[in-house]
Amino acid sequence: MAETTQAEISAEIAAIASEVRAAANAGAPPELQARRDYAPYRSSVLRHPTHALVKADPEEIERTSPAFGHTDVDLFEADLTIQHPGEPLGERIVVAGKVLDGEGRPVRNQLIEVWQANASGRYVHKRDQHPAPLDPNFTGVGRVMTGDDGSYRLITIKPGPYPWRNHLNAWRPAHIHFSLFGSAFTQRLVTQMYFPGDPLFALDPIYQSVVDPAAQQRMVSEYDHDLSVPEWALGYRWNIVLTGPKSTWMEQDDDHE
Amino acid sequence: MSSSSETGAFVQTPSQTVGPFFGYALPYQGGADVVDRTHPAAIRLHGRVFDGAGVGVPDAIVEVWQPDESGVISTELGSFERDGYTFTGFGRVPTTRAGDYTFTTVKPGVAVAGGVAGVAVAGGDATGAGHPEAGAASAAVAVAGAPYALITVFARGLLHHLFTRAYFVDADGAESFESFAQTDATLSTVLADRRATLVASQDGPGSYRFDITLQGDNETVFFDFDA
Ligand SMILES: [Fe+3]
Repeated sequence: MAETTQAEISAEIAAIASEVRAAANAGAPPELQARRDYAPYRSSVLRHPTHALVKADPEEIERTSPAFGHTDVDLFEADLTIQHPGEPLGERIVVAGKVLDGEGRPVRNQLIEVWQANASGRYVHKRDQHPAPLDPNFTGVGRVMTGDDGSYRLITIKPGPYPWRNHLNAWRPAHIHFSLFGSAFTQRLVTQMYFPGDPLFALDPIYQSVVDPAAQQRMVSEYDHDLSVPEWALGYRWNIVLTGPKSTWMEQDDDHE
Repeated sequence: MSSSSETGAFVQTPSQTVGPFFGYALPYQGGADVVDRTHPAAIRLHGRVFDGAGVGVPDAIVEVWQPDESGVISTELGSFERDGYTFTGFGRVPTTRAGDYTFTTVKPGVAVAGGVAGVAVAGGDATGAGHPEAGAASAAVAVAGAPYALITVFARGLLHHLFTRAYFVDADGAESFESFAQTDATLSTVLADRRATLVASQDGPGSYRFDITLQGDNETVFFDFDA
């Protein structure tokens, strides 16, 4: 069987996008989340639930979240460039922003985990067979706790795009994987942060699984010259909004520290 | 700011798949051990994650978040650096090549921390802390709900994680799942023919099996708490 081409995948993406535009023109509310069933991303086909999710009021365990703190995460883990004896290769960057809840309040003292490819687009993972060099000075894993204002700041190397096997000549836009805990487990989020202006956005089924153009933009960091450090690193700002159940639990004490 | 819409509301950041390459980032030493195996109440909670073709999913990662055996929700730090004694209530483990996962944990009690409105706790002790009997006594009297562990599944191919609940049912039938369904508000809303997918059933001494089927006839009930 011939491998699916990018043109075929792009046609599927375009067909779904035009349905989404038609729905929007007819007054449908925007889809804020990724579609769980997004056929251009082939791995989703056999892995998405076909039954409707069962709506449930969150109970106590879902309105709380595990406690992480300074005993779990060292301060230096927020700098992915200092984990080895030498300096990693690539473009050093600062990634910073705030984690907020749906009311705009800071999500404070909560855990962020990140992982990413190196500057050549290679992960330190045994299943990554992309023939690009590993960097002995870059693992690509970091952790950071948000501050009292919900802010976080990471130092890393700009990841490279990389090929994957979804279809022939498939390339992921450069991204950093983020895993976040909020003050309630219902706010749990795993996502990817992208870089502005990537020419691969239009071609990438994972990015495009978020079908609403405004929602897509919420995954894209912005270049922020005020975050850049003279003679040292460029800055990208990315704010993250974790929403949870919208009723009944607003007064939770979420102070884990 | 980029995350706020024109209306000024703070709109959620979309989810994206955990991808295939989380293996050197998210799993951690001790992630499977919510309690140490030597804990007097230690049980095995295990199962297989299946895709829609009935094949085990080798690149999933499963998280558990649960109260302790008396229903207390932990606020302790230390999930990433286990000391072997402190119960933090959180665990995380990647599936094996066969799609299997295993946690060592305890059977959760009905959560009592925080004293949820509408849940009358016998004796007026809303914390339950230091009173292991409180959960059991009140379960017979007034606690609405059945004990469960919150299970979260991430995998390559899952564009959004999935929440489910593992309700523990003993082989001796002392607590039947149908009795849970009568007292648990959520279970009572789940169609009877799908409830069985939420059972962690005893498959041996101190061992409970909870398979997770992502798609198909026997598809696990997954929850939307954003109602
Ligand atoms: Fe990736």
